[in-house]
Amino acid sequence: MNRIHQKLQEDRKLLSIYFTAGYPNLNDTVPIIQELEKNGVDLIEIGLPFSDPLADGPTIQESSTAALKNGMTTEILFNQIKDIRKTVSIPLILMGYFNPVFQYGVEAFCKKCSEIGIDGLILPDLPLNVYQEDYKAIFEKYGLINVFLITPQTNDERIRQIDDASNGFIYMVSSASTTGAKTGFGEEQTNYFNRIESMNLKNPQVVGFGISNSDTFNQATKKAKGAIIGSAFIKHLTKNGTTKIDEFVNKIRI
Amino acid sequence: MSYNVNEKGYYGEFGGAFIPEMLYPNVETLRQQYLTIMEEPSFKEEFDQLLKDYVGRPSPLYFANRLSKKYNTKIYIKREDLNHTGAHKVNNTIGQILMAKRLGKKRIIAETGAGQHGVATATVCALMGMDCIVYMGEIDIARQAPNVARMKMLGAKVRPALSGSKTLKDATNEAIRDWINNPVDTHYIIGSAIGPHPYPDMVTRFQSVISEEIKWQLKEKEGKENPDYVIACLGGGSNAAGAFYHYLHEENVGLIAVEAAGKGINTGESAATSVLGKEGIIHGCKTLLMQTPDGQITEPYSISAGLDYPGVGPMHAHLYKSGRGEFISITDDEAMAAGLELTKLEGIIPAIESSHAFAVFEQRKFNPDDIVVINLSGRGDKDLQNYIDYFKL
Repeated sequence: MNRIHQKLQEDRKLLSIYFTAGYPNLNDTVPIIQELEKNGVDLIEIGLPFSDPLADGPTIQESSTAALKNGMTTEILFNQIKDIRKTVSIPLILMGYFNPVFQYGVEAFCKKCSEIGIDGLILPDLPLNVYQEDYKAIFEKYGLINVFLITPQTNDERIRQIDDASNGFIYMVSSASTTGAKTGFGEEQTNYFNRIESMNLKNPQVVGFGISNSDTFNQATKKAKGAIIGSAFIKHLTKNGTTKIDEFVNKIRI
Repeated sequence: MSYNVNEKGYYGEFGGAFIPEMLYPNVETLRQQYLTIMEEPSFKEEFDQLLKDYVGRPSPLYFANRLSKKYNTKIYIKREDLNHTGAHKVNNTIGQILMAKRLGKKRIIAETGAGQHGVATATVCALMGMDCIVYMGEIDIARQAPNVARMKMLGAKVRPALSGSKTLKDATNEAIRDWINNPVDTHYIIGSAIGPHPYPDMVTRFQSVISEEIKWQLKEKEGKENPDYVIACLGGGSNAAGAFYHYLHEENVGLIAVEAAGKGINTGESAATSVLGKEGIIHGCKTLLMQTPDGQITEPYSISAGLDYPGVGPMHAHLYKSGRGEFISITDDEAMAAGLELTKLEGIIPAIESSHAFAVFEQRKFNPDDIVVINLSGRGDKDLQNYIDYFKL
């Protein structure tokens, strides 16, 4: 059973943390993952940096640029985490843009992920129809879960399609925005969260974008199974390096 | 072989819509409606009227006597530089602002490199009374100051793109991010034949008025619609797409796309995508783009802001891969010399983008009875300072 499925069965709200691999320093990847798990994070999204991250706001853009300057590549990331399963048991997801995966070769990339023990992928610019026609069979062959996004603008029919195509959880983008652009939730989000709840989807939802502290985490997970923090954690890394990760995580789940 | 887009949004293996879900509702609405809207009689009428009375179309097809003599062939210049706002870009912005109105959008965003598309967008927004935000790379803002001033005077907000190479690629990223953040009221007017389907096809159709006119103008002058060659410069590819469109399936018409080699193909400072690029995903489409082996998009270089882009539109990628198009790259120096030559021989100061196309005559021989149509995509007013600095005039 995929670690993501196991995790989703646990009877609690899940905290997922995103960070950009290779930031702040090239070799921080493994220590950050280990520290996050040690402090009770449920799921980690390891960001594969990209030169042109279209869906990201300035915080994640800058971390990606810095990571690339530090020399991060797909191959280096795979080498850094090749033994990660000796020390880490929570689900690990690689998140990035499609072009680096496409250049590596989608099948080679998936094979490598499977060998390492990566559980799933989030590739925001790999659209649903292309995935289904060209890549679904490859993902399934290597036991990888592909996570799709929905937004407040996604209509019910499209959400049903995405729910049918999903086999893990749905990444619920909380508002129409790039990452880190907005914090906090208003009436639009409440309506959106209620709408999704009433649809009774077969896949649980994990909310991302706009979550930075315990308040927003609690609001986001009132209906959803979990929530993802990205930009706020990157800012923490910028300020503290790999220290005080325990403080950051403990402040979220109080 | 077909060189038009297929029902799935592809030109051969290139194209598609590789967009994050946040953009899906807008792009999907556009995909479902763009052809229907474009075919509405009221849309056609308004579009044609504005092209005629506001833009000043048809643009002349001018027989360049002295240039023809010098290169011993028959050269016709398609004068897109004489359009209102000074380039071909306005053909597309007129079409897209009418599209935006019919889609109920109130706010317009655009990216710009040389500033020609930004000016053309700011112009139609002033014309229609719509809010306009133009993203422009910080480096381009510095090298295209007259166009920045024009956009501001027209009421547009010019927002600098500060990331990456601070040029057209980064301005496009910022415009896409703006659209993600403002999905309901905003239409994104892409200026090049790039982006997710249906953009490359929509932009190409609006620009196709160029080759539509060449056909009847050439018939008047030469008694036949088809030249032997059509030449156009190629950044993202909108002017080339328009100049080629009605000749795509006329296999006896050679299509020559001219890319910017910058300081030279192998100098690391170039924008010659067909030579240096590889298949990949940029700005929502699968096409040829300049990138590292690891799939990071590299920073291009050209003296001309409008050609300083690491990709080509998917239609052009298909023309290259299929062999239908002939691709030539021209260095900064060759382009500047050709621009000065056109000025001296014909009294026409071209945009540096278009100068690249004219440099082909030094690179490639044509027969004396060949009819060669070259698309003069823009005028050189915006580049005056660059010409002055380069030639120490």
